[in-house]
Amino acid sequence: MLELVGVTKTFDGNTAVHPTSLEIPAAATTVLIGPSGCGKSTLLRMMIGLVRPDAGSVTFEDESLAPGNLISIRQRLGYVIQDGGLFPHLTARGNAGLLASYLGWSNQRIAERLEELTELTHFPGHGLDRFPHELSGGERQRVSLMRALMLDPDMLLLDEPLGALDPMIRYDLQTDLKEIFERLAKTVVLVTHDMGEASFFGHQIVLMRSGRIVQQGTVNELLHAPADPFVSQFINAQRTVLDSRNGVSP
Amino acid sequence: MKRGQGLIIALLVCAAGVAAWWLLPRADTIQVGSKAFTESVVLGDTLVQVLEEAGFEARHDRAEMQGQLAWLALNNGEIDLYIEYTGTLTEELLIDLDIQSDAQLDAALAERGLKRGPALGFHNNYALGMREAAADELGIRAISDLARHPELRIRFSTAFMARNDCWPTLRVRYNLPQQDVRGIEHNLAYTALANGSCDVTDVYTTDGQIEQLNLRVLEDDLGHFPAYEAFVLHRADLEERYPGASEALAQLSGQIDETRMTKLNAAVQYEGRQPAEAAASFLSDVLGGTYTAKVESKTEQLVRNAWEHLWLVAVSLGAAIVMALPLGVAAAKLPHFGQVILAGVGIVQTIPSLALLAFMIPLLGTGVQPAIVALFLYSLLPIVRNTATGLHSIPPSLRDSAIALGLPAKARLWRVELPMATRSILAGIKISAVINVGTAALGGFVGAGGFGQPIVTGLSRVDKDMIIWQGAVPASILALAVQGIFELAERRLVPKGLRSKPSG
Repeated sequence: MLELVGVTKTFDGNTAVHPTSLEIPAAATTVLIGPSGCGKSTLLRMMIGLVRPDAGSVTFEDESLAPGNLISIRQRLGYVIQDGGLFPHLTARGNAGLLASYLGWSNQRIAERLEELTELTHFPGHGLDRFPHELSGGERQRVSLMRALMLDPDMLLLDEPLGALDPMIRYDLQTDLKEIFERLAKTVVLVTHDMGEASFFGHQIVLMRSGRIVQQGTVNELLHAPADPFVSQFINAQRTVLDSRNGVSP
Repeated sequence: MKRGQGLIIALLVCAAGVAAWWLLPRADTIQVGSKAFTESVVLGDTLVQVLEEAGFEARHDRAEMQGQLAWLALNNGEIDLYIEYTGTLTEELLIDLDIQSDAQLDAALAERGLKRGPALGFHNNYALGMREAAADELGIRAISDLARHPELRIRFSTAFMARNDCWPTLRVRYNLPQQDVRGIEHNLAYTALANGSCDVTDVYTTDGQIEQLNLRVLEDDLGHFPAYEAFVLHRADLEERYPGASEALAQLSGQIDETRMTKLNAAVQYEGRQPAEAAASFLSDVLGGTYTAKVESKTEQLVRNAWEHLWLVAVSLGAAIVMALPLGVAAAKLPHFGQVILAGVGIVQTIPSLALLAFMIPLLGTGVQPAIVALFLYSLLPIVRNTATGLHSIPPSLRDSAIALGLPAKARLWRVELPMATRSILAGIKISAVINVGTAALGGFVGAGGFGQPIVTGLSRVDKDMIIWQGAVPASILALAVQGIFELAERRLVPKGLRSKPSG
């Protein structure tokens, strides 16, 4: 679906990503995880062309990302960031429908699509005409998700989408998100630093450290066949979450 | 989106207004000018009434022009005629030509497309004046008599002290021995004379004060002062464009002697009559017939000045908005060019406003144009800077969100960035508007009308009430009103979602 080959990135002399290759399989959820500054967000931003790699290539469905095709490729991707990244001057409806309206969709078509999406994301319909600051954090993320899904994209990219939410809301939204991913069978890349979240969502988990991929595999592979002492160390640092998870479903 | 479009439409309307104003043909009316002193204004009104009586359309809109502006305006063809004095031409305006004869003067004027019309019959010369009683007592009749009284205290206007044809040469010519000689403001010299704190001052021979204060004008018995004969100075093609105008003006030839002019000046300066009224009663006396002064009531003046003022502000501010918004966007988007833009408009702002107006005169002449261009330049900085700041202050995460969404740069600008910067942009426009209303009052100094006009007139007539109630106070009220209007507009135009802080 999407492939990074030998990409690197240096910001002001600090290497954020060493030569890295990664393939994102279709219709599955890939989780990029690692400590702060490990390059996971940079890697995600390369996939949607917000960061241009210094070397290497990014290929989306056999098309290499280049200035000429970025806009059309972005329109086939959905992108959600922490806090939602909603535009404060637009209502929930305006935010979710912004690109569609730019592309010339009729108001009715937008409204119909929004109806499907509010149902899918469990967003209260009466909240559509509210402005972002009138919504709760969880509602904002649901609007952001609707905005990302508006054009029914081939792929969803989520950069710590639940990072700013309090635990209860986060729990609900995790459940909802997973259900949505499965129902739509979308290709998903999700960035998090929370191992519990990673194992909850990820078919494939990509653990990064200092701009390199340390290990790539399923939760079990990371747990039972760590490629590097750092893998166990990272997982151990979040033992409490995993403990409870293992307690429920070993 | 609709707000964005509304803004564009408003801008286009402004731009169209500016264009129409530049292209609009001027009405077919004889434009009379005058300089910034009572006599010139009274005579300007006289010219208008004589021309109107003869069936022409004539306006005296460009009254009370400072310094040499009337001369410049006539040379530029902005006005068609005004009253000038021979000495002013030969000793000041055309001094480089060293004119010795009438024929030389006429030739110099013809070269500039100008022509001398009829002389009015009086000279407004420099002279020395004393109180009648004091002069009698000391037996002083002419300037040469002063040589016998070295104890006399003399107060001259600063210009008289400095001009080469005045005190420096006068003193030598008449061998005057006085030691207590000092420069002082012209009107204050009269006050000093009246209260006895000085004995001699310079006067213009038609000053209203001569009659009012009962002054003796000392005879220039050695013929030192150049002649300042008043005459009509007009565009050479006046008769061609307005056949019969010369004939109408010729009626004034020799009709005003020094005494009459002094009375006319005193009527305005001391009896509180409007210059146009004084002119009308004089014309009715001398030429017969009925001349009516179109005297504006104070309210009419106020309303006219308000419209003129608003016009200056609206045109210059409208043009500034149209220009500054793209510049502000460029400043935000193009880092290097942006620095150049911000530095450029910043430098304009540091030029003192009166100096900026003065720079415009050689380029655009006098009147409304230079004022509008100066105001336009002045209004740029706050809008450019606030537009750039507004765009800069959009959080990177939101900018990225718009990019990641797949919106092209132009759509991002119109649908996301500009709406989010609305508050900052409007604040910039509001600052510009308020500064503009204040600065537009300086337009009075270049003949642009507005509330600056009564301030200029009031200054030249030492009329405090006119300065305050016709100029300063209404200009301040207008500035407050503009501020209020923009605050209301902000409430409507700032997108609702931006009006209250996010609750977090």
